[in-house]
Amino acid sequence: MDFTLMATSLPKLLIAAAVTLKLLSLSLLFGIFIGLLFAILRLNKNPLINKFAYGYSYIFRGTPLLVQIFLIYFGLGQIEYFRSTFLWVVFKEPYWCAIIAFALNTGAYTSEILRSAFQTIKPGIVEAGKSLGVSSKIIFYKIQIPIAIRQSLPAYGNEIILMMKGTSLASTVTLMDITGVAKYIISTSFKPIEVFIVAGGIYLFMTFVIHNIIKFFEKKYSF
Amino acid sequence: MELLTFGNTGWGDELFYATLMTIVVSITAMLIGFFFALIFTPLKLSNKKFLNFIANSYTTVIRGVPELLVIYLFFFGGSGAIMYVASIFGYFEYIEINAFITGSFAIGIISGAYSTEVFRGAIQSIDKGQFEAAKVLGVKKHIQFFKIIMPQMLRLAIPNLSNVWQITLKDTSLISVTGLVEIMRQSYIAAGSTRDPLLFYSVAALIYLMLTFLSMKLINRLEVKYSRGF
Repeated sequence: MDFTLMATSLPKLLIAAAVTLKLLSLSLLFGIFIGLLFAILRLNKNPLINKFAYGYSYIFRGTPLLVQIFLIYFGLGQIEYFRSTFLWVVFKEPYWCAIIAFALNTGAYTSEILRSAFQTIKPGIVEAGKSLGVSSKIIFYKIQIPIAIRQSLPAYGNEIILMMKGTSLASTVTLMDITGVAKYIISTSFKPIEVFIVAGGIYLFMTFVIHNIIKFFEKKYSF
Repeated sequence: MELLTFGNTGWGDELFYATLMTIVVSITAMLIGFFFALIFTPLKLSNKKFLNFIANSYTTVIRGVPELLVIYLFFFGGSGAIMYVASIFGYFEYIEINAFITGSFAIGIISGAYSTEVFRGAIQSIDKGQFEAAKVLGVKKHIQFFKIIMPQMLRLAIPNLSNVWQITLKDTSLISVTGLVEIMRQSYIAAGSTRDPLLFYSVAALIYLMLTFLSMKLINRLEVKYSRGF
């Protein structure tokens, strides 16, 4: 065991943890909107719209995240026309490509979680709102959404942890997140076990914190 | 399109063999995972605190750490660890283990952590009376496991194991960083030499979709088979 290496790599990995957290929080933020949008589309009665939403979630859940990142990072840059549009400012940065890929991926999983949450809401609750003369907009925003959020908290907590592990793939497109820095230290020091213990420890700590935050919210919003 | 033909000029045959490689690695990893689950599930269900602790640390650490980090550990640390063990037995030559073995072991250990949780859940949800009834009837321990517990457990476990399979299949794409030529690596090579990443990564995505789709169909059949009589 090389304890000095572990001690010197800890601060480097902690700085990299900030990158991981930034990637995670931004992709979750965008992902939740994408998820909500597609969950609503999924519940639409028009078969064309809900088939489209189903196709989206099927494709993003059925392919590895790595393919999605590579398609967005390497693939889109190939289209000549695309490079002349203003979107290219965003898509030429590996940082934003990674976030977009993560957000689209977590959005697909989130839409499934929210859809099943919406479907488990008892119809009686919506009917009660209707019979009290509450407008359908308010029923949706004030009754259905809060209940769906509560229902989906445990599953969403798992999704956050899966996404946190997913951000490690950002290292394949040159970003220096925890895994990227860990790989760099391993390949220069040839001491994989020590670095794994420190980097893995940081990830486990983050998992632990996320797990407890979700638990706290579950308790707070339980009924 | 001619880039995808079979033969010397196209990448079709290379991608086909890469797909076979992905399938073989996934199955090997899944089997290694079952092997780990076979060891750790009894530890999880044991009454001894220490054994519980070992099994819980295995599943918690593996499920809480990114797959890529585990793969790097095996890729950079694999031959070092093997050489260390060999040196105890008096063998000091350089040993290099190939990417297939490292890769399927790394993914296998990850898949094993998920399988362990699935089997634990399935066994715990079997009615206690089943164990007691077998005991009262004087059924031997191993017959009790194979003929009474296992068939019931499999029925409950198969839907969740199908999720583990999907995770394992998708995780094999990460082994491409170690240089094993599976779908992802082959697409990377092809994209690099033809400068057509859009085409080849789209094809890779399609192959993965096809694999997940076909395996779902197969697993659904198994599910029907094992839920006979319920």
